[in-house]
Amino acid sequence: MPDPTTDVIQGTLDMLILKTLSLGPLHGFGIARRVEQVSRGVFKVNPGSLLTALQRLERAGWLDAEWRSTENSRRAKFYSLTRAGRRQLEIETAEWSRRAGAIGRLLRQEG
Amino acid sequence: MSLWRQLTYGLRRLLDRSQADNDADEEVRQYFEESVAAWQARGLTAEDAKRAARLELGNMTVVREQVRSYGWENAVRTFASDLSYAVRQLRSHPGFATVSVLTLALGIGASTAIFSAVDPILFEPLPYPHASRILTIWNRYLGARYELSFGTYRELAQRSRSFESMTIFEPWQPALTGGVQPERLEGQGVSASFFHVLGVAPALGRDFQPSEDVLGGPKVVILSDRLWERLFHGDRGILGRPIRLDDDSFTVIGVMPRSFRDVLYSSADLWTPAQYDTRQITKDFSGPAWGNHLRMVGRLRSGVTRAQAIQELSQIAGTPWQDFPRPRWASLREGLIVDSLQDDIAHTVRPALLAVLGAVILVLTIACVNVINLLLARSAQRRGEFAVRAALGASKRRIVRQLITESLLLALLGGAFGLGVALAGVRVLIALSPPGLPRVDAITVDAVAFAFAFAITTLIGLVTGLIPALHVSREGVRPRLEQSSRRTAGGHAWTRGALVVTEVALALVLLVSAGLLQHSMRRLLGVDTGFNPAQLLTMEVQTSGHQFDDLLSAPGAGDNSRRRFFRQALEAVRQVPGVEQAAFTSLLPLSDDPSWVSTYGAHFENDEPQRGRNVFRYAVSPGYCRTMGIAILSGRCIDEHDTATALPAAVLSASLARSQFPGENPIGKRLHVGPDDRPWFIVVGVVGDVKQTSLAINEPDAVYLSTEQTWFADDTLSFVIRARGNAAALVPAVKAAVWSVDKDQPIVRVATMEGLMAITEAQRRFVLILFEAFGLIALVLAAVGLYGVLSGSVAERTREIGVRAALGATRRDLLALILGDGMRLTALGMTLGLLGAAAASRGIVSLLFGTSALDPASWLGMVALLGAIAVLACCVPAWRAATVDPAVTLRAE
Repeated sequence: MPDPTTDVIQGTLDMLILKTLSLGPLHGFGIARRVEQVSRGVFKVNPGSLLTALQRLERAGWLDAEWRSTENSRRAKFYSLTRAGRRQLEIETAEWSRRAGAIGRLLRQEG
Repeated sequence: MSLWRQLTYGLRRLLDRSQADNDADEEVRQYFEESVAAWQARGLTAEDAKRAARLELGNMTVVREQVRSYGWENAVRTFASDLSYAVRQLRSHPGFATVSVLTLALGIGASTAIFSAVDPILFEPLPYPHASRILTIWNRYLGARYELSFGTYRELAQRSRSFESMTIFEPWQPALTGGVQPERLEGQGVSASFFHVLGVAPALGRDFQPSEDVLGGPKVVILSDRLWERLFHGDRGILGRPIRLDDDSFTVIGVMPRSFRDVLYSSADLWTPAQYDTRQITKDFSGPAWGNHLRMVGRLRSGVTRAQAIQELSQIAGTPWQDFPRPRWASLREGLIVDSLQDDIAHTVRPALLAVLGAVILVLTIACVNVINLLLARSAQRRGEFAVRAALGASKRRIVRQLITESLLLALLGGAFGLGVALAGVRVLIALSPPGLPRVDAITVDAVAFAFAFAITTLIGLVTGLIPALHVSREGVRPRLEQSSRRTAGGHAWTRGALVVTEVALALVLLVSAGLLQHSMRRLLGVDTGFNPAQLLTMEVQTSGHQFDDLLSAPGAGDNSRRRFFRQALEAVRQVPGVEQAAFTSLLPLSDDPSWVSTYGAHFENDEPQRGRNVFRYAVSPGYCRTMGIAILSGRCIDEHDTATALPAAVLSASLARSQFPGENPIGKRLHVGPDDRPWFIVVGVVGDVKQTSLAINEPDAVYLSTEQTWFADDTLSFVIRARGNAAALVPAVKAAVWSVDKDQPIVRVATMEGLMAITEAQRRFVLILFEAFGLIALVLAAVGLYGVLSGSVAERTREIGVRAALGATRRDLLALILGDGMRLTALGMTLGLLGAAAASRGIVSLLFGTSALDPASWLGMVALLGAIAVLACCVPAWRAATVDPAVTLRAE
C-alpha cells in the first residue's frame, strides 16, 4: 500500500511557504500543519528543510520574522510576508501555472 | 536589498553567536512542542505524542545543526575554528613553528631581494623605446674596451649607414657659482643627438640642435628633473634663463622628464653640447678631438641587425689611412667592440650577479627541502591524531581542510616575514652595493619574484602537508591507531634521509664557494699597493673660473694661474699643524677617477714611428713619491729641480722601464708622452709599480712628470697628505688652508686612502658578504635538517633503543648507533656536495683573485666546518638515545 503522504515537490517549498503566509503570519509548525491540511495530507513538510527554507526566505527579504506568544502562550518565531515576498509569490505562482499547464498539455495529448 | 540582509544577518550572527544559536534551538524546540501538543490533541497520551513528534521531526540534533549551519557566516566560522586550531597547533610546537617560519622567510626573502636587485641590471629592458636597438661602440685595446676619440666618432657617424643616429658623451663636472659655497654638479658633455639616441625628449623646453654642437656655439644646458626641483623648485619660467657654470653663462633650454634615467651616467644632472673643434680635425692630431676619452652609443635603424652593424663598423675601422687620416693612438688596429647597451652596462658585474643569483637559488632550494622535511617529520608525529579524529567522525574533507588551513597559515606567516626580509634585504643590498653597480636607482622589491618564491614554498607546504591526510583516509583508521605507538622507523625515514643528504650537499656547494671568495679577498688585501696607504688623506681640488682661461691675447696665462694656485694651495696645506708631508698628483691611485682621462700614448725614441703604448700619466708636485711612500729604484723622483725652464724630466715605473729597456739602464733615454711635437722628456729615475684602478689589476706602465713641465696644466689635482696622527682629523684645517688661497675653488672629494681602497674592492666584498650570508643560512638549515631527522628517528625508535639497552647495549654503543646514522647521511651529502662544488667553483672562477678554484685550504676548511656542525647537530639526539631508560620505554608500550 503506497504511503498517502509524499514529500513536497522539489522546488515548490518556497512557493508553498509564501502562499501559506500570504493568508497571515504563522510560526514554523503552523506552516507545516497548514500545508498538510490544505493539501489534504498529500504533502508532508520535512521540518529541517522547512526551518532552513524559512531562514533563506527571510534573508532574501521575502519574509519578516518576529518572536511573539502563541495562543497557548508559548514564545514562537512568527513569519510574515513582506511586499517583496508578495511580489515573489506572484512570480512563482505564474511560473508554476505556466509549467503545470505545459505538463498538463503534454499529458493530455493523444499518443 | 537581499544582499544587504545577507550581510547584516550574517554579521549579526557572527557577532552574537550564542543568541543566534539560542534562537535556532528555541525554534526547533517550539516546533517539537507544538507537534507534541498536536498529537495530544488527536488523543495520544503524552508519552506516545512525544514519540510520534520525535518520529516526525527526525533527529533533533541534526535538525538543530541544519538550521544553525545555514548562511555564509558558518563557512567563516568553520574557517575561524580551523584557524584557531592551527594557531594552537603551532603555539604548542614553538620549535617547529619557529624553524618553519624562519626557513620560509629566509628562503622567500633572500631570493626575492636578490632577484629584485639583479632583474633591472641583467634582465629588465632599459627604460628607453626599442632599447635593444641601442648599441655601445668601444675602441678595442689589448682586447678590452677602451674609450675612443671625437675624430673616430665623426668618421664612424659619417660613413656608417646602419645607425639612425650616434652620439658621444663624456663626464662634465661644472662648478655652479653664485651660491654660498661653490658646488660641483655632475653632468655630461654630449653630441646634439644624445637624447635622440636614447629616444627620450625633454618634458619641458626643447632638445639640442646640431647648430649648438659646434665650437663656439651657444652655451646651453638641459637639466634633470631632480636638479630642476632642487635648484629652481620646479619653476617653469627657468627656460631661457641663464645659470652660471664654471664662470660662464649657460642658457637653460630644457628639463628632462621625471621618469628619465640616464643609465650611461646615473648621477648626471645636466647635459651640454660637447662642442669639439672640427676645423683642423683631419690635419692636426694634437687637439682634444683626437684624445681617446669619449664613450659612444648609437641607435640602429629598424630592420638592421647587430651583426650587420658590427660588420659595417669593422669595415670602416679598417679604412686605409689616406682615406681616413688618424693618429697612431686612434689607429683602430684591433677594431671595435660593439655590444648592446644593456649587456654593456652590466658586463663588469654580470659574473658576480649571476653567481649571487645561483647562490640564492641554492638557498631557496635548501629552504624548500627543509620545509618538506619539517612537515614530513611533523605529520609522522601526527598520524595518531588524524586517526583519532577520523574515528570520531571527521570527514576526509574536514581533515584535509584542517591541514590546508595549517599549511596556509604557516606559508602566510613565512610569506609575511619573508616580505619583511625582502624589504630589508633590498635596502641592505642597495646600501652594500658597490659604486659602479649600474641601475641601482631602479632596484625595488619585485612583486613577481616575491609571488614566485611565495607560491613555490606554499605549494610545497600544501602538497607535503596533504600527503599524510590522504594516507589516513585511504588506509582507514585502525592500522594507524595501532601504529600511533610506533616501534620501528617507517618508510618516510628513507625520504627524509634523502632530503637531508640534499641539504648537506647544497650547503657544501655554497660553503666552498664562500670559502674560495674569502680566501681570494684575503689574498687581495695582502697585495702590495706600491705605496703606504696608512695615515694618508686625499683631497681632490678643482680650479674653476675665467682667471684660468687661456686667451688668444695671452697664451699660457690660464695655465700659469692654475699652476700658481695649486703651488700656493700646497704651501698652505704643508703649513697645517699635523701635516707631515704633502704633495699633489693629477691621477690618484685607487680612486674612482676614470683612469682613461690620464692615459696617454707614450712613444720612446727607439720605437717605430706608428708604435707606442698607453701609459698612465701622473703629473705630480715635488715630494710626491716621498709622501706616498713609493720606492725609488734608481735615479730620482720628480723634485724641486723640475721647474718650467729646466729640461723636461720623466720618471718611469719599474715595469715600463723593464719591458721597454730590458737589460739596459733607462736613465737618459728620451720619450714623448701625449703630443709628439713637444720637446722630449728625459728619463731621470725609475720607481716601483703602483696599483692604479684596483688591487686586482696590474697596469704597471706609468710615467711621472712634473706639473710644471707638462704640455697642459691639469684643472683638477688630488692632494695627498701624510698625517702625523689621525688623517681624517685634518680635514677641516686642510680645507681651510686651500680656501685661504682662493675661496671659490671647489674641493670635490675628501677621503682617506684606506677608505678609497675599501671602495675599490667593494664589488668583491659585496659578493663575498652575500656568499658568506648564504653559506651561513645553508649551514644552519642543514644542521636543523640533520637534527630534525635524527631526533625524529630517535623518537620513533625509542622502543627499539630500549630493547637494545635492555639486551646490554652500552651508552657508547647507542651513541655510536645514532651518530653513525647521522654521519652516514652527512658523508653521502658531502660527497655529492664536493661534486657540486667542483662545478660551482668553475662558475665563480672569474671572481677569484690569486686563488685556484681547487684551493685546498678553502675546500678542506669548509668540509671540516660542515663536518663539525653536523657532528654537533647529531650529538643532541644521539645523547637522547643513549640516555633512554629501557624500563620506562618498555613499560610505556
